[in-house]
Amino acid sequence: MPKFAVVVFPGTNCDFETVEAIRRAGGEAERVWYKGKLKDFDGVVLPGGFSYADYLRAGAIAARQEIMEEVKELARDGKPVLGICNGFQILTESKLLPGALRPNKTPRFICRWVHLRVEDVGTAFTSLYEPGEVIRMPIAHAEGNYYTEDPGVRVVFRYSDGDGRVTEEANPNGSVFNIAGIANGRGNVLGIMPHPERASDRFLGSEDGLRLFRSMVEFARR
Amino acid sequence: MRWKVMVVVRLKEGLNDPEGRVIGKALKNLGYEVKDFKVPKCFEFELESQNPEKDVEEMCIKLLANPLIHTYEYEIEPAGE
Repeated sequence: MPKFAVVVFPGTNCDFETVEAIRRAGGEAERVWYKGKLKDFDGVVLPGGFSYADYLRAGAIAARQEIMEEVKELARDGKPVLGICNGFQILTESKLLPGALRPNKTPRFICRWVHLRVEDVGTAFTSLYEPGEVIRMPIAHAEGNYYTEDPGVRVVFRYSDGDGRVTEEANPNGSVFNIAGIANGRGNVLGIMPHPERASDRFLGSEDGLRLFRSMVEFARR
Repeated sequence: MRWKVMVVVRLKEGLNDPEGRVIGKALKNLGYEVKDFKVPKCFEFELESQNPEKDVEEMCIKLLANPLIHTYEYEIEPAGE
């Protein structure tokens, strides 16, 4: 059974929920304090939260910790590397993914359910979705405004309305091109601003996030 | 040798500064005619270095600024005593 590390920095949260979601998806998962090692794992997840209290820029200080060298090694080996919310911010700050996450357009912490359109089912995290499928997940962030100057960025999820229309009204934070999640060229590194672990059980309001973890577990099994 | 350093990091021209917008609006409500209000970040510190320009430039690129969205400038002067 593939085993995933869920990295915990000072200020990380959602780590227990992420471990639980991976287990529900059929994988093994373990929380790993950021001073730990990752070499025995088949993949790694950087969960949400406020690493180092979001001081300087969200994710900036976590991205410069030694453990990120090991995360980069896993990514180079083609293993799945997933960054959720603050994890996404850490992945861009460490240059594992292109672009940057800026404060929301309206300077306010936004916590609510959103719709996403699945744009790319060719990644390690989206094989169990349908192309163009509309799914629901919650967001909870103050700095989720994705910015890039690169038109070739690999977009995996966009904020949309319930019918899959990518409109300005459906964009909660001002992200360019309504981007909610991107991958690297190989598709084994994904950053996503919404929280799939908070949509991994029916009693939470949606199970749409569980397929992301299932896809990841299945990918790691191969 | 010891130096006094001040680094100012600004959002690139044209990028939205929501914090600046809100503070600018609050000042307007107080009756001041402010325009284009921005909130740069400022870092002040002392540095022991033989090559302070090189070190401060590196610090900006490696951590203090994100070159994709920021510009930065710095002043370096000998620290007193």
